[in-house]
Amino acid sequence: MAHSTAIESNNIWGGGVAPMKASYGKLMMWFFLLSDAFTFSALLITYGLIRYSHPAFEGTIDEFAFSQEYWPIPEMVFEGFPFLHGIHLPLVFVGLMTFILILSSVTMVLAVEAGQRMDRKGVEKWMLWTILGGLTFLGCQAWEWTHFIVGADTANNAAGNTFMGANLSMNQYGPPNFAALFFFITGFHGFHVFTGVVLNFIIFYQAVVGKLERTGHYEMVEKVGLYWHFVDLVWVFVFTFFYLI
Amino acid sequence: MSVADIQIEKDLHHDGHDDHHEQSFISKYIFSTDHKTIAKQFLITGIFWALIGGGLSVIFRLQLGFPDMELYWLKPLLGKWITAEGKIDSEFYLALVTMHGTIMVFFVLTAGLSGTFANFLIPLQIGARDMASGFMNMLSYWFFFVSGVIMFISFFLETGPASGGWTVYPPLSALPQAIQGSGAGMTMWLVSMVFFIASTLLGGINYITTIINMRTEGMSFTRLPLTVWALFLTAILGLLSFPVLVAAALLLVFDRSFGTSFYLSDIYIGGEALPHIGGSPILYQHLFWFLGHPEVYIVILPALGITSEIISTNSRKPIFGYRAMIGSMLAIGFLSFIVWAHHMFVTGLNPFLGSIFMFLTLIIAVPSAVKAFNYITTLWRGNIKFTTAMLFSIGLVSFFISGGLTGIFLGNSALDINLHDTYFVVAHFHLVMGSAAFFGMLAGVYHWFPKMFGRMMDERLGSIHFWLTFVGVYLVFFPLHYIGIAGFPRRYYSFTSFDAFQTFTDLNSFVSIAAALTFFAQFIFLFNFFYSIFAGRKASLNPWKSNTLEWTTPRLPGHGNWPGAIPKVFRWAYDYSKPGAKDDFIPQTVPLSETPESNLPNEVEEAKAEAKK
Ligand code: HEM
Ligand SMILES: [Cu+2]
Repeated sequence: MAHSTAIESNNIWGGGVAPMKASYGKLMMWFFLLSDAFTFSALLITYGLIRYSHPAFEGTIDEFAFSQEYWPIPEMVFEGFPFLHGIHLPLVFVGLMTFILILSSVTMVLAVEAGQRMDRKGVEKWMLWTILGGLTFLGCQAWEWTHFIVGADTANNAAGNTFMGANLSMNQYGPPNFAALFFFITGFHGFHVFTGVVLNFIIFYQAVVGKLERTGHYEMVEKVGLYWHFVDLVWVFVFTFFYLI
Repeated sequence: MSVADIQIEKDLHHDGHDDHHEQSFISKYIFSTDHKTIAKQFLITGIFWALIGGGLSVIFRLQLGFPDMELYWLKPLLGKWITAEGKIDSEFYLALVTMHGTIMVFFVLTAGLSGTFANFLIPLQIGARDMASGFMNMLSYWFFFVSGVIMFISFFLETGPASGGWTVYPPLSALPQAIQGSGAGMTMWLVSMVFFIASTLLGGINYITTIINMRTEGMSFTRLPLTVWALFLTAILGLLSFPVLVAAALLLVFDRSFGTSFYLSDIYIGGEALPHIGGSPILYQHLFWFLGHPEVYIVILPALGITSEIISTNSRKPIFGYRAMIGSMLAIGFLSFIVWAHHMFVTGLNPFLGSIFMFLTLIIAVPSAVKAFNYITTLWRGNIKFTTAMLFSIGLVSFFISGGLTGIFLGNSALDINLHDTYFVVAHFHLVMGSAAFFGMLAGVYHWFPKMFGRMMDERLGSIHFWLTFVGVYLVFFPLHYIGIAGFPRRYYSFTSFDAFQTFTDLNSFVSIAAALTFFAQFIFLFNFFYSIFAGRKASLNPWKSNTLEWTTPRLPGHGNWPGAIPKVFRWAYDYSKPGAKDDFIPQTVPLSETPESNLPNEVEEAKAEAKK
């Protein structure tokens, strides 16, 4: 668009050009993510409000036992690790999950960067790693959920707490909404990760068959990249809310 | 963008030279990606829903105005919802109110208004060939369509449609045991809303990116017509508030269907305790009104934008305070996110928080007043052309002021204790939102009809329609203030069962008669609209002598809008009656260098720079 350069030099907002130097597709992704961020914020605020309408456990961590009377301490709930039954490993597994997801963001950056160099092989390689990272995260989450649903050792239960495991309306760890919110919010996030993996796969496929190369640019990789980073970023907040505070 | 542009230009080339390349009926009128066709689809669907929504209100006004009337004659329409005594079933009454509110707020005044005018005007007024993504735009319409179909089907359920009010507060809406309408009807309401929100977001993202990226050369943000500004801010409000409704609705779905207790706690039904503990219905209200308040501005801003355009054109004067208009819309948009709790003053909200929200709420009166004064000052000593569109725009200003004033009463957290959930609130929002936005929509239809269909609507029928509706609206809603101040709660089935309200029986009958007449006056519009599409007088290219770009297109613009190159823009949209100018309007496409006789001192420099290029 040669004719627009004159205007561009004095006023990029003057029309005839894309002022943010971003294609409309990328802008759309940004605005979608902005809007999605509001959905997640609403959910996390919901979590906060319900969490603080319940009493917290008062006492030292050694005395802690699961009870319907107070909100549980996350470290005591999320302490399992596959194949290491009975060992108290607070937040180790979820830490690993988080690490894997963040790593997949790094590989995504590399995929985008390869795309900018028009390096088809690089895009394929790094997209594949990103997809694997996403799938691993989902697998870990499936284990985490199963562990949560099946239940922990009875030893931790306070007197009168006979229900084992968790579902949407009851759980052994604490008030019903503790598990309900856990399922809802991590589930909603997991659904986003799943969608991301599907999108990544579609783009990976298009890269492999050479479709993207033919269009002359790898912008689609950048767009799914934005989405993927967003999903990772949201996880950091979900992780903080559910596991750290 | 450039790729799409070239693509369309190629198509255009085609259309111009060989006519056998016609699109099929389906891709031209049904699954069209042309923004103008999509706009018309939104408009016609909106009109359809307006008729249904309006019809429902006439039915429940019959109950309120004539509680002893026998309604057997409605039996063919309503079936078992007319009881053996010939009365409207009292639970169905609630369903009527709920559906009326939902349909009007979401289907008519959000999709019908924004959907129509954002689609139609954005590309035409910023000088673009189409929306950024025509495909998403088409999806946006069809999601809206599906959402409507689902809502429509819910009328025919055994247990009736949703009936917890358009705000669907839990616990009422969460517990099927509580009321029939909270059964399948409520489920369908929620599903329908999911589609609706998807439609709004698809549309909104498209509008925003189109406005940022696709403006023609010279169309800077400070030259955008105020309609486009309004639609831009509306889309942003929707983009940021609807997702919160998504969250609220999903949580409600879980409470209803999957046994969670996010909104529920300590409930007894028929003496029996429900298992739900630990949630809070107030939480839902916070989430809902975080959408709900911006939503009322999503409804009114496009109408205000349309009005700015029409009032300026037909006063033959530049809009007074163009930048102040933009500023006040920005302020309203920003403030609308931090006032939501004024709907919750009597929920047990901390009075200190209440006074903060009261303060923020009352601040909104300032930018609102700026807008009202700017309309009046634009009209002041203008060379006013009373076209039908102009009449409706002036009507909008009137409603916006009289309804806005009662907002100031309601915004006062102490007064609101008396007024909350009474007919005073109903009067407030029907004037300031309902009628004002409805008038904005009608004004827009009358004004842009020539561009949509290439023909003119009949002005005489138009002004009859205007006067009947304008007077009708005041006759309906003004008396409601008195009924509200007397304390009558909204959404109650019957007035007559309370001694205190016996004296209002006549007034209520009066309101109901006025409502029915106003409703029937709309058929004048319908006739005018459909008749003119086929047999109206052919429109000239620029019938209102307006400055904006849409009037530089052919009488019936094809796909791509301009047959040749996209016009460039050299000035703002409001050069009406510029001192020294030959005509009383100078379109945006006229370069400053061609109008030395009327250039202002600061424009002389610009004209020189322009000429050099
Ligand atoms: C001066 C500006 C305004 C102020 C101070 C104001 C204040 C209020 C307050 C405090 C309420 C809550 C009343 C209650 O439920 O007790 C209310 C209700 C409402 N307002 Fe306004 N308002 C203003 C302008 C508007 C505008 C411009 C619109 C729409 C375009 C609007 C639409 C509504 C609606 C729809 C409701 C009722 C919602 C419901 O409960 O169903 N208001 N207003
Ligand atoms: Cu409000």
